[in-house]
Order: sequence, then structure tokens, then C-alpha cells
Amino acid sequence: MSNWISQTFPNVIYQGWTGDTGWWTAIVQTIYMTFWSAIFGGILGLIFGIGLIVTASDGITPNRTLYWILDKVVSIFRAVPFIILLAFIAPVTKAIVGTQIGTAAALVPLSLGVFPFYARQIQVALSEVDHGIVEAAQSIGATFTDIVFGVYFREGRSEIIRVSTVTLISLIGLTAMAGAIGAGGLGNMAISYGYNRFATDTTVVATLLVLIFVLIVQLVGDWLAKRLNHK
Amino acid sequence: MTESIISLKNINVTFRQKNKTINAVQNVSLEVQSGDIYGVVGYSGAGKSTLVRTVNLLQVPTSGQVIVQDSTFFDRQTNQSHAKIINSNQLRQKRRKIGMIFQHFNLLNERTVAENVAFALEHAKLSDTQKADKVGELLKLVELSDRSQQYPSQLSGGQKQRVAIARALANDPEILISDEATSALDPKTTNQILGLLKKLNQEYGLTILLITHEMQAVKEIANKVAVMQNGQIIERGSLLNIFANPKEQLTKEFIETATNLDQAIATVSQQALVQNLQENQIFARLTYTGNNTNEPLIAGLYRQYQIVANILYGDIEILQGTEVGSLLVILTGEQDKLTAGIAQLAQAGVNVEILKGSHAL
Repeated sequence: MSNWISQTFPNVIYQGWTGDTGWWTAIVQTIYMTFWSAIFGGILGLIFGIGLIVTASDGITPNRTLYWILDKVVSIFRAVPFIILLAFIAPVTKAIVGTQIGTAAALVPLSLGVFPFYARQIQVALSEVDHGIVEAAQSIGATFTDIVFGVYFREGRSEIIRVSTVTLISLIGLTAMAGAIGAGGLGNMAISYGYNRFATDTTVVATLLVLIFVLIVQLVGDWLAKRLNHK
Repeated sequence: MTESIISLKNINVTFRQKNKTINAVQNVSLEVQSGDIYGVVGYSGAGKSTLVRTVNLLQVPTSGQVIVQDSTFFDRQTNQSHAKIINSNQLRQKRRKIGMIFQHFNLLNERTVAENVAFALEHAKLSDTQKADKVGELLKLVELSDRSQQYPSQLSGGQKQRVAIARALANDPEILISDEATSALDPKTTNQILGLLKKLNQEYGLTILLITHEMQAVKEIANKVAVMQNGQIIERGSLLNIFANPKEQLTKEFIETATNLDQAIATVSQQALVQNLQENQIFARLTYTGNNTNEPLIAGLYRQYQIVANILYGDIEILQGTEVGSLLVILTGEQDKLTAGIAQLAQAGVNVEILKGSHAL
């Protein structure tokens, strides 16, 4: 058995478990990048998403100027391909993190890359909340915060989880590209140590691991979304 | 005249769309006294919903004056650019004293029945136990105590509306706005909800502004009625007056939907007696209210004018405890006697509408 493994996956074994190029290191890097950029990008996306909802012409505090600004910022960031964004905002990254390369440095472009996508997703999710419910809340004297947290986020939570799942999966995809600035992770493993070195077994295993990540996120997301839906 | 609890003066609501202006409400004034159940009827698109939504400023008028419980919510003359609007903090507090229920209930789907009601108490100055007690009381009032932990999706339409009523009443409002609240319900459930509204009006003195396209609902509980068409109130008055003496064609149509009289007229008109009306006969509808039901009108016609009345259809409605009668009759008699007899009826307060055979007069 161990003989078969060492013959079929020589390069996989060569990478090792720990160490700079090890599998465990790559897995941790992917989780690290996904987690923190999900937090930063997520918060930014939520703020822009709800901002677009409340400042829209049929929102609770219509504001044409603010809506226009939010809308354009989201559109512009979405329009920039991620691989270009990585290079383009390197100075900003350096100002924030202190370095332009490495896993921590990847968090800045990852967060900025994912937030416009998430903002649009949140905007769509929250626009599903029945306007009548918002109006009923207004009629009982609910405040801005009551409506944002008590109505939009609460009523839309199942839909928010659903779009968060989609976003998280596309974020895992983005982390694979972060290898380009030396951020490591499973994507880098598949390309740098697998594809570029004709080590097909490494590519396959790295890809499978990414797939498992995606599957776990999808299953947990679906389960949560269903559990929190009482419609 | 008692002080109005709701006073809308010269309200205009104009929606501007691309190259198009829609005057949803045009120069409408409406006074609602404390304790009224004021019905506003009209077809969809008549502007009734837009009009009542100006009461709690869910719809900000283009111009006019909104005064509720002595505080001015909105004031702008047509030619002024500046509007006096109540500040949003005060408005929120005032809104808590104006309950509102909707056609589609608008309950929070992700909260239980009890949580839905409690949502309205978020800013009430009560302790958590007091809030829980208050929610319990309200659910008892709407007879849903056993459902407090269920979600709206587990309830029937009537139950959902009762939760909505409990939520609307959470801050002890004196006014309840009902925006087509029974329109999505079946007739039996509609009656239950109307019964509940009437009870709230009678026992707690709740003033109700009832928007509907169902005259039946208005007939059931309102004491005053306004009829809206094309953004204007075309007729208004006490329920009794409107039912007994409708002036406008639309009002008549609405009343007929609530009395089956249109069907009766259609059926009766097919009868041979009406089809082959004689020279000296007229086919008419007599409408009369409580005051003159005691007098033997038909017998009087014969005694004084030798007019024979053949009653083809009769119906009596009880509105606000007063009878409103409708008769479809064929009156037979000499020409001048008929004219005099009908004049006599009109004088006695009977509304005579000649449906066929006016040549006999």
C-alpha cells in the first residue's frame, strides 16, 4: 500500500507536510486568506450592500448622491480583473501591511477583490425583503437601526447566507491567484509545484483539496440557509 | 362639532415619472372624528390608499395639511416651496400611536407571533417582563395565545391579520388605519376580522380609518363613508345617508355590490310583467330608511291615489341599527295620480327611482 502511494504520488510526498512548501502550510495559508479576506471584504460588502438598499430611491433614506457614489465604487472595483488588481494596488498594500508580498499582503487585494461582488449579492438578497414589511416597521415607529438590523438583516438572513456561500466559494477561487504575489496556498501549490514542474499528482491532490473546501462551504451554507428560513 | 382626530386638508399627491405626472390624490380634505369608523371606498387606482398613507406620512403629500391628534405632521400650501414637516424622531413617536394593518399582513417572516408583536414594543418604556405580559394580553385579545411560538407561515390568512392587529395595537394607539386589510381574506374570515375591529372600536374607542374596495365591509362596520374616484372624494356622508340616498353613479354601483339589488333588478326585469309594461304602469325602485318604515306607504298610495302597487322584490338591510328598505314595484294608476303619488312618496323621504315606464307620467 505505502509502496503504491509512493509510486503514484512521488511529488506529493516530496512536498512534505510542514515546512515552507508543505501541504499543511498550504492548507493553513488558504484557510487564513479565505477567512480574513471574508471578514474584511464581507464587512465592506455588507456596508456597501445595505448602503445601496437604503439610499435607493425606494429605500428608507433615499439619497441620490450617496447611492451614485456607492454604485460607481462597486462597479469600478468589479470591473478590474483580480490578477490586475493584485498588482495595481500593491502600493496600497504596502502602506497597510508593510510589504507587497506574502500571505498577509494578499489580504488587501483579496478583500478589495471580493467586496464589490459581495456588495452586489447582498444588494440583491436584501431587495428580496418585502417592501411591505419595511413599511409595516415604519408604521410602528421603527428606527433606522431597527429596520436595518431587525428587518433587512433578520428577514434576509437566509438569503444572505446563500449569497455568502456563493461569495465564499468564489473567494476560495481568488486565493488560488494570490500565489502570484507569493501568498502560497493550495492554488499556488497546484500551479507552482504541480503544473509548472509537470508534477501532475501534486496538481490533482491540490485541486481535490480545494474541491473539498468548496464542498464543505456549500453544504454548511445550504444547511444554515434552510434552517434559518421560516418563509 | 367635535374636534377631529385626523384632519387632512387640501391634500395633493403627485407622482412624477419620466415625462409623466400622475395626480394620485387631488385636493382632498377629510375629517375623522374620534370614535369614527370611517370607510373610504373606491376601485383600485382611485387613490384611497395613497390618501390614507399620508396620515402617518408613509406617503408624504405634495401639498396640503396633515394634522393628527392636534399635531401638525405636514403643512405646505400649493404655491409654497417650503414644507413644514414634523421631525423624524417625533414622527416615529407619533406613528407608534397610529396603528396600521395591510392587505398582505406584512408580518416579519423570521420571527414568531410573539416576537412580531414584541417588535412594536422595542422602544416602549417597559421592562422585559412587562413587555412579555403586554404581548400576552394582546395575543389574548386577538385570540391567538396558543400560537405565540409559531411562525407566520404556519398561520392562516385570518390569523396572520390578527397578529398584525395585535402588533398595530401594541403601543395603545387611538387610531387604526386599515389598508385593504380584509381584501385577501375569504368572506367568513373577513367577517371575523371586521367583528374584531368593531369590538375594538366599541370597547376601546379606537378610531378606525378603513380603506377598501368592498362595500360589504363598509356596510358591516363603518358609520361614515367617503367614495373616491380619480384621486378625488366624489361623495361622502353617514353610512345611512350614503346607502339611502346615493347621488353619484359610482356610489350606486358600490352599494349595489353590497346589497344584491342589481341582481334582483336584472332578474325581475326579465319577468313578463315588466317586459310587457302597460301604458298606465311604471316599474320603480323605492328606497326608504328607518324613519318611514313605520308608515304604511303602499296602503297610503292606494287609499289616497288609487295606485295599485305590485311588489316584485323586497329587501331590508339593517345599517347601524336602522332599517334601509328597498322595493321593486310596479305601480298602476292614472297619469296625474301617479305623478302626485310619487311626489307624495318623495316628500315622505322615500327615494323613488323609475327604472322603466316614465312615459306613464
